[in-house]
Amino acid sequence: MIKSLSIPERQSMLAIVLLFLAISAAMAGLADRGVMSTHGLMAFGILVLLGFYIAGSFYGPDKSKVSKSRYYDDPTLAGVFLSLFWAIIGMGIGVWVAALLYWPDMAEGISWLSFGRIRPGHTTGIIFGFGGNALIATSFHVVQRTTRARLADSVSPWLILLGYNIFCLWAVTGYLMGSTQSKEYAEAEWYADILLVLVWVGYFVLYIRTLARRNEPHIYVANWYYLAFILVVAILHIVNNLAVPVRLTSAESFPVWAGVQDAMVQWWYGHNAVAFFLTAGFLGMLYYFLPIRSGRPIWSYRLSIVSFWGIVFFYIWVGSHHLHYTALPYWAQTLGMTFSVMLLVPSWASAGNALLTLNGAWHKVRDDATLRFMFVAAVFYGLSTFEGSFLAIRPVNSLSHYTDWTVGHVHSGTLGWVAMIVFGAIYTIIPQLTGRKEMIWPRAVEWHFWLAVAGTLIYVVAMWNAGITQGLMWRAYDENGALSYSFIESVKAMAPYYLLRTIGGALFLAGAVLCVLNCRETMKNAQGEATDRPLVAPVGTVEA
Amino acid sequence: MKNETDPKELPGADPHTGNREIDPVTGYETTGHEWSGIKELNTAFPKIVIWALIITHVYAVVAWILLPAWPYGNDYTKGLLGLDQGVQAVDNYNQMVSTRNGWLDQFDNDEVLLEGVDEEVWKKAQSAADRLYADNCAACHGEVAQGNLGYPVLNDAFWLWGSDPKEIARTIKFGINSTHEETRYAEMPAFDWLEKSDRSELTQFVVNLRHQDAELSDKGQLLFEENCAACHGDNGLGGLENGAPSLTDSSVIYGQDQRAVAYTIRHGRQGVMPAWVGRLTSAEINLLSLYLSKLGTIKNVESAK
Repeated sequence: MIKSLSIPERQSMLAIVLLFLAISAAMAGLADRGVMSTHGLMAFGILVLLGFYIAGSFYGPDKSKVSKSRYYDDPTLAGVFLSLFWAIIGMGIGVWVAALLYWPDMAEGISWLSFGRIRPGHTTGIIFGFGGNALIATSFHVVQRTTRARLADSVSPWLILLGYNIFCLWAVTGYLMGSTQSKEYAEAEWYADILLVLVWVGYFVLYIRTLARRNEPHIYVANWYYLAFILVVAILHIVNNLAVPVRLTSAESFPVWAGVQDAMVQWWYGHNAVAFFLTAGFLGMLYYFLPIRSGRPIWSYRLSIVSFWGIVFFYIWVGSHHLHYTALPYWAQTLGMTFSVMLLVPSWASAGNALLTLNGAWHKVRDDATLRFMFVAAVFYGLSTFEGSFLAIRPVNSLSHYTDWTVGHVHSGTLGWVAMIVFGAIYTIIPQLTGRKEMIWPRAVEWHFWLAVAGTLIYVVAMWNAGITQGLMWRAYDENGALSYSFIESVKAMAPYYLLRTIGGALFLAGAVLCVLNCRETMKNAQGEATDRPLVAPVGTVEA
Repeated sequence: MKNETDPKELPGADPHTGNREIDPVTGYETTGHEWSGIKELNTAFPKIVIWALIITHVYAVVAWILLPAWPYGNDYTKGLLGLDQGVQAVDNYNQMVSTRNGWLDQFDNDEVLLEGVDEEVWKKAQSAADRLYADNCAACHGEVAQGNLGYPVLNDAFWLWGSDPKEIARTIKFGINSTHEETRYAEMPAFDWLEKSDRSELTQFVVNLRHQDAELSDKGQLLFEENCAACHGDNGLGGLENGAPSLTDSSVIYGQDQRAVAYTIRHGRQGVMPAWVGRLTSAEINLLSLYLSKLGTIKNVESAK
């Protein structure tokens, strides 16, 4: 990292680290004892190490001139490894949570291993840690390649990664300590939320500045998706997390929203986290890595436009389908339901576009596990967006809501779509950035693929069965008007499915572990670096 | 003039013919753009996509016409069907209740606790009572009312407050040591003021009560009569219906091994049974009371055989 920075860049990096060192020291010292001061201490420790690293190598070798003439891939590599780090943490917690549902007494008496604390650790570790780092890393890669410009500066990518991962760390460790504001996928407390806003604004500015420096006349569609992801997530995050801290020295806060408005804002946020974090961003990934890996042109430019604007417009409306048959007014439910249905075609347009792009490259899909990851991702993307629109229809929702069908649906999206496209992207990026033709263990990629597919299928099918069984048991009455089943009977009926889910999750985790080892070994045996170069205008010429 | 772009000047176009590159696999024209090797085809919009768009939008418009949908000012469009989810919920609830009319009403009267119900009615009610028990009581008292450590057995003939369904109903309604003002109250006081030697003597005595062949010490007997018999009955036989269990049979709540008894005597006990009035209807409480009193009797008859 430090080698690629010039001396002035090192100075500003060090200055910013020192500034945040002071802030985190203040947080550790002034906040009430407990989670907030512990978090201050954590950040302080990380920043001290970083400060020593920068200061220690301050006058070390300076290769910034060479680096400036090339794409800046160091932050991408760092992001990929942070993403894989969080993948193992998040999936590991996931398998633990799944096992806890089958063997509920495992964590008897250990509060920080109990279901309630560790479940948000799983979702945050996966969505933000694994997914978010992968999005940031690949967006840096994609925006540079498709604009033929280097990242706009060399300092802010590192600060974005640093701040973002401190946010993830604060969030996940906070939940383990029992600190949460109880909003799903937004459990982190107010000070962590503020950090994320700072990071996100920096990310947006860097992305826009890089796009502005582009050497291509047009902006490739992948960048639209990444930009929609960055922009809308910022809006969602800020609005949903508006809160008044109880005191500036404590982690607790009051949300500004109350009652059904709070529920509506939360699910407007929650569903658009699915839309703009887990869909738009990863579609950006798909639209870049699928044509690159398959060597085929995007099947239809027009379809990708309609898909983009359709997704961006319709998705924003559909959050209320999470609140069917609740205190939310019926009309808001109807709108959520109908917009969910109208969303289906734009969503499928992208899945179809991806699959048709593979026309003429099916032999590659057969032979190349990396491309197969992307193919399966597109298929699961299509399946889960269809399922999503279907589940949003009110009468269907009355069966599926509150059951494990929802959990199955989410995982067909996260395991089958999000994780698969990330692995496809990683297996494309790592060899390219190490100057290699392929990963060092191609067979491990193959194993990873089949473990991931088997794990996903076992998981999702088990949860479909579980959810439909639950839904039917809960609504069954006998001829005398008495419930046919007690609640505990429906819990007992889940046992085989919960065991299967644990097995499916463990298979998926095993594949991810293979991926980590494979990436590490490939990096160790790097044979060079990326050979493609940005267009650098010769000095003195303004016009291209 | 600016609108009339010469096709030969479009990006990627052949400067002589104006044609763009054709993808050999699909035969479609490209858009002429390229980003790090990625090209796009200028494939026309497939008809099926247009039809699918139309169908989903028609569905939405029909739903908007029929159902409450668009807000305006302080109101919203009500929809031709005139549905209201509050009214629907109440209707559905009433409909479900009406299927129980044949039998549940007969429990909505405290007389039923004295007189019981016909065999016919009971047949219909039994399965509902099973569910009620499983959903509300089983978590503490056990799946088949076998009791748990800290929670009394309900499927035997021994009742802490009496086997009369009326008494059972009162316990369910108001609870024991609950927050309801009409709660039953029972406390095993702490005997921490007793000499330690006396406590261990007493402990041994209480442990032995359960074993018919064990020898009971005179000192223990004396201590028991002075301190325990008032609530637990002479020789710990219980049956005073005051919440204190018999110490000679399986009614014991917190266990009768040395350690448990020593703990109970030293620190006392004050278990809580929550009040269910307000959570269950009085008909449901009466049904459960009869169910539980039968449960005890059936088991008792079976064990007597």
